[in-house]
Amino acid sequence: MTTENTTQPVIEARQLDLTFQTNDGPVHALKDVNLEINKGDFVSFIGPSGCGKTTFLRCIAALETPTGGSLSVNGMTPDEARRNRAYGYVFQAAGLYPWRTIAKNIKLPLEIMGYSKSDQDKRVNDVLELVDLDGFGGKYPWQLSGGMQQRASIARALAFDADILLMDEPFGALDEIVRDHLNEQLLELWARTDKTIGFVTHSIPEAVYLSTKIVVMSPRPGRITDVIESPLPKERPLDIRDTPEFIEVAHRVREGLRAGHADD
Amino acid sequence: MKSILAVLTVVAAIVVLWYAACVPMNIKGVLVEAERAGAEVQPPSAKDRRDMSEFGLTINNNFAIPATWEQARPRLPAPHQVAVELWNTTVGKKITSKRSLIYHGWVTLSATLLGFAIGTGLGILLAVGIVHSKVMDMSVMPWAIVSQTIPIIALAPMIIVVLYSVGVQGIIPKAVISAYLSFFPVVVGMVKGLRSPDHMQLDLLRTYNASKSQGFWKLRLPASMPYLFASLKIGIAASLVGAIVGELPTGAVAGLGARLLAGSYYGQTVQIWSALFAAAILAACLVALLGLIERMVLKRMGIAS
Repeated sequence: MTTENTTQPVIEARQLDLTFQTNDGPVHALKDVNLEINKGDFVSFIGPSGCGKTTFLRCIAALETPTGGSLSVNGMTPDEARRNRAYGYVFQAAGLYPWRTIAKNIKLPLEIMGYSKSDQDKRVNDVLELVDLDGFGGKYPWQLSGGMQQRASIARALAFDADILLMDEPFGALDEIVRDHLNEQLLELWARTDKTIGFVTHSIPEAVYLSTKIVVMSPRPGRITDVIESPLPKERPLDIRDTPEFIEVAHRVREGLRAGHADD
Repeated sequence: MKSILAVLTVVAAIVVLWYAACVPMNIKGVLVEAERAGAEVQPPSAKDRRDMSEFGLTINNNFAIPATWEQARPRLPAPHQVAVELWNTTVGKKITSKRSLIYHGWVTLSATLLGFAIGTGLGILLAVGIVHSKVMDMSVMPWAIVSQTIPIIALAPMIIVVLYSVGVQGIIPKAVISAYLSFFPVVVGMVKGLRSPDHMQLDLLRTYNASKSQGFWKLRLPASMPYLFASLKIGIAASLVGAIVGELPTGAVAGLGARLLAGSYYGQTVQIWSALFAAAILAACLVALLGLIERMVLKRMGIAS
């Protein structure tokens, strides 16, 4: 078992199905999804709205329960993984508590999980430094810009050292300049922490720039149409986006998205 | 500065209207007194005057207008009469005097505060139950709403009689009526407040595998604070009304309600109006005090910017 663990994927989905029963009949949010995510991967899920990319991420987080197939996270069921605090989750909105300072917001999961006071303080300082917010611990959320708030929410997800980070369109509400900057920082953070990251986006450049693996999805029913292993190096300056390799990958993603649309 | 001017303009307009209204309201009484004192009144016959409109009488007897603001027992007392009575019964009397409005105000206030405390506590407890239990949501909420459709003036005597028959009297029955009126806004506000965190916030706690009680203390309760204070302001005003209403059916000897009742027994309109104003001022002070506490608490929490 222990020898297997090193090669076993961190997240493994086999023939995963999820059907929502609604008043208008069943909706196939996910159909026959097969995917392996290995330790240290940066996986982006891209596709039009309704393709199930967020739903899949929520399945991994045990916020939704699949109706068929199997899904394992760290070799456990998603719900066991959730109870073991295997992942940190970043939502589209920062969702910081307005009545807590940034430091206290980051402490929230630590308080809930019962970390000691001194450990809490140390971890807060560490993650604040990691997301480049040192010195802002005493501020309230409304005193920070949208980009800084989202960084704080990433810090909150990192604070308890889960080795999986799930991000659901975390930069979707931010403008492009801030987004570029945060993408760069996120890559830097990923390189430093060696986390496995699942990242939902609807921006092709963002997906290509960030990922080692791009999962292209299409709607009705939500399914995977293409999985692209990125040939780009791990070290990625922002201007890598002008290289032929980058443009080629972006082109393939676009083709995949188009193919998904062709059959409706 | 501009807003103060606007407020003063409105107040001045009300005072002017009030003085103007005193004339037709009181003219008949004034003319009767004037006739007894030997003045010439138009028309001279009391029977003719009875059938005439107040405005007609005012025009015919405009010498009597100043007197409509100075009657001992006017139908509508003039503002300065109420102000003088208020001054005499607050600053001009010892607090221990049975005629001091401060004394009566304190009697009512103590019942108000006790009732408010009971009502608020009960309201918060019910709200917590309603938010956490579907059964309570379906069984308690409709009754809470029904409870508020019964006129308190009909219910108050029954509460007092029932409690008296089991040996409870004094401040408690009044506080119970107060609580009955004040728990409702607290329930409604707190339920809304405790449910104000959105799906994302609840999902976030789920990803931390937080327990229900952690969710309550760390998310729901702090998120409900702005809603709670809005409800408390309504609740305290309702509490005061409850305490006053609770003083009416017993013929209580003390309290603002008792002053209102005694005033109407003896036709002491000035006393009624000054008791009314005392109640209004008391309510305004209580609401303002809660506003102050709200500002302090929310500021401490970092919510108020």
